[in-house]
Amino acid sequence: MLDLINVSYDTQIPNNVGLSEDKKVLKALEKWHPGYINWWNDLIPQNFQDSMVYLRTAVSVDPKGWAKFDYVKMPEYRWGVLLAPAVEDRKIPMGEHKGETAWQEVPGEYRNMLKRLIVIQGDTEPGSVEQQKFLGLTAPSLYDMRNLFQVNVEEGRHLWAMVYLLQKYFGRDGREEANELLVRSSGSEDAPRMLGAFNEETPDWLSFFMFTYFTDRDGKMQLESLAQSGFDPLSRTCRFMLTEEAHHMFVGETGVGRTIQATLEAMNANGITDPYDVGKIRDLGVIDLPTIQKKLNLHYTLSLDLFGQEVSTNAANAFNAGIKGRYMEQRIDDDHQLQNDTYPVTSIVDGQIKTEDVPALTAINMRLRDDYVRDAAGGVGRWNKLIAKSGIEFELKLPHEGFHRQIGVFSTVAVDPDGAIMSSEEWMKRQDEWLPTKADGDFIQSLMVPCYEAGKYASWIAPPKVGIDNKPGDFEYVKLHMA
Amino acid sequence: MTKVIDFQTDPSKYRHWKIEYDGPVANLFMDVDEKGGLFEGYDLKLNSYDLGVDIELADVVQRMRFEHPEVKVVVMQSAKDKVFCAGANIRMLGGAAHGHKVNFCKFTNETRNSYEAALAESGQNYICAIKGACAGGGYELALACNHLMLTDDSTSSVALPEVPLLAVLPGTGGLTRVTDKRKVRRDLADVFCSVEEGVRGKRAVEWGLVDEVFPNSKFDEAVVERAREMAAASDKADVEKGIDLTPLERRISEGAVTYSTVEVSLNRDENRARITIDGPDADAPADMAAFTKVGADAWMLRCARELDDAILHLRNNEKELGLIEFQTRGDPARVVAHEALLLDNSDHWLANEVLQYWKRVLKRVDVTSRSLVAIVEHGSCFAGPLAELLWAADRSYMMLEEFDGDNRPLATLTMTDGNFGTYPMGNDLTRLEARFYGTPEQVQTLKDSIGEALDAEGADDLGLVTYAYDDIDWEDEVRLFMEERASFSPDAMTGMEANLRFVGPETMETRIFGRLTAWQNWIFQRPNAVGEDGALQRYGSGVRGKYNMERV
Ligand SMILES: [Fe+2]
Ligand SMILES: [Fe+2]
Repeated sequence: MLDLINVSYDTQIPNNVGLSEDKKVLKALEKWHPGYINWWNDLIPQNFQDSMVYLRTAVSVDPKGWAKFDYVKMPEYRWGVLLAPAVEDRKIPMGEHKGETAWQEVPGEYRNMLKRLIVIQGDTEPGSVEQQKFLGLTAPSLYDMRNLFQVNVEEGRHLWAMVYLLQKYFGRDGREEANELLVRSSGSEDAPRMLGAFNEETPDWLSFFMFTYFTDRDGKMQLESLAQSGFDPLSRTCRFMLTEEAHHMFVGETGVGRTIQATLEAMNANGITDPYDVGKIRDLGVIDLPTIQKKLNLHYTLSLDLFGQEVSTNAANAFNAGIKGRYMEQRIDDDHQLQNDTYPVTSIVDGQIKTEDVPALTAINMRLRDDYVRDAAGGVGRWNKLIAKSGIEFELKLPHEGFHRQIGVFSTVAVDPDGAIMSSEEWMKRQDEWLPTKADGDFIQSLMVPCYEAGKYASWIAPPKVGIDNKPGDFEYVKLHMA
Repeated sequence: MTKVIDFQTDPSKYRHWKIEYDGPVANLFMDVDEKGGLFEGYDLKLNSYDLGVDIELADVVQRMRFEHPEVKVVVMQSAKDKVFCAGANIRMLGGAAHGHKVNFCKFTNETRNSYEAALAESGQNYICAIKGACAGGGYELALACNHLMLTDDSTSSVALPEVPLLAVLPGTGGLTRVTDKRKVRRDLADVFCSVEEGVRGKRAVEWGLVDEVFPNSKFDEAVVERAREMAAASDKADVEKGIDLTPLERRISEGAVTYSTVEVSLNRDENRARITIDGPDADAPADMAAFTKVGADAWMLRCARELDDAILHLRNNEKELGLIEFQTRGDPARVVAHEALLLDNSDHWLANEVLQYWKRVLKRVDVTSRSLVAIVEHGSCFAGPLAELLWAADRSYMMLEEFDGDNRPLATLTMTDGNFGTYPMGNDLTRLEARFYGTPEQVQTLKDSIGEALDAEGADDLGLVTYAYDDIDWEDEVRLFMEERASFSPDAMTGMEANLRFVGPETMETRIFGRLTAWQNWIFQRPNAVGEDGALQRYGSGVRGKYNMERV
């Protein structure tokens, strides 16, 4: 009898999918494993690989206690294959197969579509680890370093999860795609990651926090919609990934919040009230709020691009096929088939931003992006509360959706953060007001000095309110290996 | 669709293509203007194309040969990031009438053929550098190039997703070139044509879908180098300067399209058009230097361009005119002399280009889905290239002996050396070989009459015309023929004529215009593709096509 709640460690790969009895897939995964370990080892600087990191490891998929915390060397982290518990007699929630029993095997007609979605999702997971590989060297604290590595190993596990699906359900093609996931790499000229945002640099810790806040949140939205999938193994995989993803966004939101907090405290301590007194503020070793806004602008817009074209045939096909749903599909009050519904989509008509109703099926991407925008606004509100409490007059804003876009209807026009269309010459002239400049980057980089003493934090970031796993303030989250 | 589709353009008007000339190498960039569709109702996203994009490409190819004979290698590539070409625009196809789809496919096929053949015909080699998605018509665009290079970035692929995605065929030569040109094993071809996502990287080379892959970081460099190598190894003679293809002289009015040597009169009441070609009104240029100097004004070139445009105009803008009648006017000896200059100097680049162009124009006539008849009246000049029209036509009628009150010179017909190999059809036979497929010895016999102005009796005896009628019968017979033709079903006519015109051996070209096109056009009529619930209609809506599962 298979214990579906407690993870079996009887094989090299922790799992709750009965791997030890599935010799074929086990063999495929074990074959893939060395390549994965090589990828990991080549990625993160050696002394971190040898350090003991206080990490949580998924040991179960029981919502009441799925993880345990302990010191572990990252290469020895047990990346497992974990699916959320099966829902009995689950039905396909949307599309033309709505109400039919969910698929436990891949339907032949949707094999390619499913594979493509899984490959794209899988491609993002290692991508972010690659982007963040050097950040350990400039960690502002052991607490933050631990969070970084936690995010990294879990992204690694997410890759495992996608690779498992590919190898289990997609035959030889799936195995090839699994290998390709290790061939592509972030920013590579030869084989870049598939999506733009995963080929951008993450040069500093503020970028990391913005990335985990904004870009991981795109991941969340994608996982939420894949969790609706009529292909049950995908649905269960994504549901479990979401529990881990929540922590990544927590790291992002609190990271940006603590950065803001340090700035506010330094300004108040030195009697600076004007948030635009950039020079003076920077002299205090903290990041001025306008620069934080610019970073926000950059990461938010790169993340919006991840939602693809507003009107998309692929997204329509996937929804109608019952392969990818909408955010909170169950809570939406409609027929979940959308054959006759419409949805408002932005478009550019004669140089003006307009809204037009298009068939709702084709606007799935737009709708998910709208949900994302709402979801992303929450943390920004909380950051603004911090600022308001300090008495400093400044408000962070999500820029207009048309600002700085490479994909979709806005990619052909130049739009400022307030949503005004302008000539691209004018936009180019003014972009330094809105996006981080080289000088901004250099300044932030100058603050990126490591702070490896337990309980201590770099000048530009405030300590967290509570520790991980309720550990005290001076807890040594990473026992650094001293070569 | 009342808008006239114009096949004339020039580089100053291009919206979709850019060319950079680099000595013997030309870099041809596909950069389709999304908003530049020929009709309303669709955006040309992701370098997808419509007829307008192809009209420009055909112009590029034509000018490359006449205006840029110094070019030995043309590198077709995309100016867009991440996409080479997504193929024919699906929304355009979904919205187009059947007739437009068919004409669109025919023209794109002719354009593919023209740059594919440019290597064999004049040493201009089209090669293709594929970066990003290259799907459907995009891969067909590539397939017509003679050397395919693909970047190995773990994403870029070549694909023919028509069957799984749209329930139609890769009908612009795709299926045929995969098996006949690339010689992909048929079971692998079956796999390739059934997977939406296509094949990438080294496997694409192993299967023969492309010739080379390069790592992405080396790709651009490798392409430049390969183009240079191929240009250096080319045996195309160096030509310093081409000639200008100046704008055609053309007037379009309600009842006629008038060019300098070609007059198309439209008889809409009786569903037919007459193309009258005027022979040269002056002696042939003395030599090729003189010919080059006259350039696009030389009769042989001007007439070919005008006839080409006239055929395209009729095909696309006058769909109800089911019968095209060819007539000529002028001095046959002069036609012979103008052609002879080129035949005698066929190693001169421009002579070769003009003769090759005639070959293509005549092929265009062959695959035109209209009843074709040649009417050989007194005063006509069916000689050399113009005589080919007689044998391209489904039937020919010739005036026999003197007609009352008609003082034009008696109708004659003159064969030249050109009729024995210069203008082969798509099946690689000359029109005379095709005509006398059962009696090849007759073709030998005909050679004895080269240069002779055959009268109706002589032409009839040699089997060169269908009927020769004298003054008494002529008018009635010709009228009866035309009335009868007009009463038949146009579909049956098209099918019958297309079958009778091409006897004998199959070539890749006849397989494309025959087998592939016929199947495609059948599918284009079927509800599984174009019905309200068909895949083509539903494409983009998210709802799949609903198929009638009965095999027919
Ligand atoms: Fe993830
Ligand atoms: Fe994440």
